[in-house]
Amino acid sequence: MTLQHYLVISAILFTLGIFAVLTRRNAISILMGIELILNSCNLNFAAFSRFVTPPADISGQIIAIFGIVLAAAEAAVFLAIILAIYREFGSIRPNEVDTLKG
Amino acid sequence: MEFTLKTFIFYGFALMTVSSALLVVTVRNIVHAAFSLMVTLFGIAGLYVFLQADFLAATQVIVYVGGILVLILFGVMMTSGRLEMPSQVKSHIERGQLLLGGAVALALFMLLLTVIANTPAWKNRIDDGTALPPTTERIGELILNGPFLLPFEVVSVLLLVALIGAALISRKEVRD
Repeated sequence: MTLQHYLVISAILFTLGIFAVLTRRNAISILMGIELILNSCNLNFAAFSRFVTPPADISGQIIAIFGIVLAAAEAAVFLAIILAIYREFGSIRPNEVDTLKG
Repeated sequence: MEFTLKTFIFYGFALMTVSSALLVVTVRNIVHAAFSLMVTLFGIAGLYVFLQADFLAATQVIVYVGGILVLILFGVMMTSGRLEMPSQVKSHIERGQLLLGGAVALALFMLLLTVIANTPAWKNRIDDGTALPPTTERIGELILNGPFLLPFEVVSVLLLVALIGAALISRKEVRD
């Protein structure tokens, strides 16, 4: 296995996440796309920590752990906002939430 | 590269991760998408094991599969007014969106592949198979008694803020 194996897997995950964010019509599906993107970033951090920095240096893994924590906080707030929107509009499709639209 | 059992398992994990991620973004039923996401997260945990990041792999399984995925499923259940879109809503606008989103994603993928293939510092970095010592102890040392102490404390405050904020946003509004 080379570094580029991991980078290509991570690039595929990142692209699929971007695709989900751009095309999905449901806020929870968009959240899943964001999770894919964050996971691809964490995979990159771990891969660089293994292959590019000296093996004893595991700072990249710690950054990836911080990334997981941030993803957890982001998911909690995201779902709270989704619940509030659902209670207000009866729908979680982003193009129907248009109160601020002029 | 010789084809050993290790590379076979690696490609198994890679295929599992990528194919289930493809399902996450294509399946129409959102519950099926959530369970595909679970397979993706497990596959990434397996890749972390191949990178000899044992603590990271365990954290991935505990936090993502045990926490975030359950949160997503709860979100699906509480907002399950319309799980799937009725098919007659699929207008030409949605088809245009699919086309445009696919084009943007494909262009981005080509850009990333070009960068990955052409960056000289990333070439010929081969996993020589040397076993590194377990990382948990060193991670604890670095976080609690090293350069990552301040980020650790900041992240704990951020988690508290997110907890209070989520509870505040999602509660029912009391009108007086």
